[in-house]
Amino acid sequence: MKTSMTRRAFLKGSLAAAGLTIGVSVTPFGHRLLNASEIDSFSPNAFFKITPDNKVAIFIGNSEMGQGVLTALSMIIADELEADWSRVRVKQAPAADPFKNPIIGGQVTVASASVRGFYEALRKAGAAGRAMLIKAAAETWKVPEDECKALMGTVKHAKSGRTLTYGQLCLKAAKLQVPENPPLKSENEFRYIGKPMPRVDVPEKVAGTAVYGLDVTLKDLHYAVIARPPAYGAKPLSYDEKGAEQIKGVQKVVPVPMGIAVCAKSIDAALKGRDVLKVKWDKGVLPDMNNDYIEKSMIEDLNKPMASVVNTGDAKKAISEAAKKVEANYFVSFVAHTTMEPMNCTAYVGDDRCDVWAPTQAQTGAQILASKASGLPKEKVYVQTTFMGCGLGRRAKPDFVVEAVTISKAVGKPVKVMWTREEDIKYDYFRAAGSHRIEAGLDAQGQLIGWSHKLVSPSIAKEMNPGQLKDGVDWFCMWGLADRPESYGWNNRIQYEIPNLSIEFLMSSLPIPCGVWRSVQNGPNAFVIECFIDELARAAGKDPLEFRLQNLKNNMRARRVLETVAEKAGWGKAISKGEGRGIAQHACFGSYVAQVAEISVNKKDGTIKVHRVVAAVDCGPVVNPDPLVAQIEGGIINSLSTALKEEVKFANGGVKSANFDDYNVMRMSEVPEIEVHIVKSKEKIGGIGEVGVPPAAPAVANAFFDATGVRIRRIPLTPKIVMDALKKV
Amino acid sequence: MISLHVNGKVYQVDVSNDTPLLWVLRDHLNLKGTKYSCGIGECGSCTVHVDGKAVRSCTITVDDVQRKKITTIEGLPENHPVKKAWIKEQVVQCGYCQPGVIMQVAALLSQRPALDADQIITKMDDVICRCGTYPRIKRGIKTAIQMTKKEVKKS
Repeated sequence: MKTSMTRRAFLKGSLAAAGLTIGVSVTPFGHRLLNASEIDSFSPNAFFKITPDNKVAIFIGNSEMGQGVLTALSMIIADELEADWSRVRVKQAPAADPFKNPIIGGQVTVASASVRGFYEALRKAGAAGRAMLIKAAAETWKVPEDECKALMGTVKHAKSGRTLTYGQLCLKAAKLQVPENPPLKSENEFRYIGKPMPRVDVPEKVAGTAVYGLDVTLKDLHYAVIARPPAYGAKPLSYDEKGAEQIKGVQKVVPVPMGIAVCAKSIDAALKGRDVLKVKWDKGVLPDMNNDYIEKSMIEDLNKPMASVVNTGDAKKAISEAAKKVEANYFVSFVAHTTMEPMNCTAYVGDDRCDVWAPTQAQTGAQILASKASGLPKEKVYVQTTFMGCGLGRRAKPDFVVEAVTISKAVGKPVKVMWTREEDIKYDYFRAAGSHRIEAGLDAQGQLIGWSHKLVSPSIAKEMNPGQLKDGVDWFCMWGLADRPESYGWNNRIQYEIPNLSIEFLMSSLPIPCGVWRSVQNGPNAFVIECFIDELARAAGKDPLEFRLQNLKNNMRARRVLETVAEKAGWGKAISKGEGRGIAQHACFGSYVAQVAEISVNKKDGTIKVHRVVAAVDCGPVVNPDPLVAQIEGGIINSLSTALKEEVKFANGGVKSANFDDYNVMRMSEVPEIEVHIVKSKEKIGGIGEVGVPPAAPAVANAFFDATGVRIRRIPLTPKIVMDALKKV
Repeated sequence: MISLHVNGKVYQVDVSNDTPLLWVLRDHLNLKGTKYSCGIGECGSCTVHVDGKAVRSCTITVDDVQRKKITTIEGLPENHPVKKAWIKEQVVQCGYCQPGVIMQVAALLSQRPALDADQIITKMDDVICRCGTYPRIKRGIKTAIQMTKKEVKKS
């Protein structure tokens, strides 16, 4: 581990050589030298601290947005540390280098990467602590270390029947060297990993005392709201600054790059002030843009020259010579995040430090941007992560942090920027829409021999990480279709065994900002792949499950989740008239998921009722099973919401959708019975937070075909779209 | 001055009559368990009890509720069956909508004649949870009803 390495090197270099008895306290912000008398706790790395009162504080740098990351990561540390869970307190760590995700490189909670990224590092961190506590006990008792055993927050010497608690041992352990490769537990020794542990954040969330971004309170806190442009690229022409400043409580009107901010002593005053600002805007960069314009533009773009993403074999030749050829166009709409807590941030820029309290998924980015906006060096920027009212990827973009810092700097006060729901929807970084054209060829046995896939989409990387933009390919847009060759190997790619595969991409020039939305483009791309696979199965005259298995011959993990879900869902059994059953699978973030959906269609009004979704998941080792199931349930519900309801409406060059009355999301009575089956697996640990999303939407669309014989090649399957499609038949 | 009766205490607040109750609860009385999410009464995150009924605090003004008894999530006892059931069933994910959800379920649970679980569930379509805890909310409702029945038996 990096922290222990640094500490050791440090000790060797400067202190151990001097022959002093000394300890080092590792905090998130670095290592602090301690004289023997100053040692008050045991913190061999930034992830935990044991104090003489026999308490264990665990520090987690990842963002808790309901996925249970505080608990899961703490379980890993506590297990290897052999800590007594009842003495463990979990704390949210600040933005700091030790909390950068080893597989991403930044402190950021995205890509279902928390547990899979930190699993090994945190096991080592905990095990190092355990080894040092054992050594401290052995030295105290003057017995061999291998006669001592750690057990639930104590070290025991069986031969003599002696016991010392971690609290009693911690100050002695603090003076020992951190082992580089401490012995890890074997799986059958796990005390917490794999057992259902109640989440540490649940009690305060039920009590109503959990502090989210919007709940941050500070002395003399000011509130700011921003009047933002109604169309993309629109610039302010005029506004009534004096009128706004006459509202009781309004302190200042501040023009900022994203609009005109009104800063006041209460949120109510800030909102009233903004109402009377009456900003006049110009028409923006594309005033004609609406949903029809967008779709037409993205479909026309399919005919333009594209960048090659994957080119294996000769897809064109294989398809032209195939026994059977199938082609189709698909369209997936823009989708908003609408996290229940709208975007917000609190910041206080002083002369020599900048404090930020933010519901952010991206601490490293927040720190860098706050440094730029405040003009203070990164070391002077302190970012504290609050709880967040859902993340869904929206909070991976720290734009709201820049706003709070900018306005605080301008007014010299602590400022909380709050977005209204309307702003949260209109100024979202949406899940990118996709326009697809696919051709595929089958041989006489129904084997896939060629696949040519064209995708047009606005860029995600431009707003999220320009490093993912290369030679005309936006690699975020490709997730689900193709992995970037030199990158993570996260297996976000088409799983079918296709000897001749061509994938091409063209970036749409539409001015719509896009971001990462739970599972990123695995969601929309898997919708298209899995619906088209269903079309191919029908063309081959095969059962959709059988066709998938036939074209996943060597993909044992995909096969296993498909076979499991088929068995659990009763695939192939008779179903009531008017009902349909659909199947889909997808791999992403190192995990494999297959789902079966059962639906019925009301042919009079076009509504689709999803009755049941069964899921099978292979994510390798499981840390905390119950939140894992909850993540799959939530992912399925998000996905069903995109399949049936969600679509951002645009008008006059901007966003028309504004609130939950015109942007529809899944409600309680629409939610089906959901069954989640975890497949036992010894594979490398995979992600969970997002992997439930991709298969649900295509499973529903395939079930719709099963029920009606009609293929709709787009989502959402709104009642109007369904009625139009049924009428055409 | 506006007089508000919240969680058994009387507060005097200096705000205009048309201020939404939500902002007064959160920013004047520091009762931050009640959440802002939509501001138009569409999502239920800001639900509180006014004289025992579930009400959206974002769309009523402080003037509307003077002389009425207001209960927020902080005023719902810790041993309330809904709160206990929510912990037992590990209902929450991000938890942001849950104070509103809990207050709505608690109000429905106190209706007489008593509603059964399915009747309560059908009255939950006006609260939104974006994490997708709906299956757990359903379980929580069933457990809360069982816990209520047990308490009635005990007493």
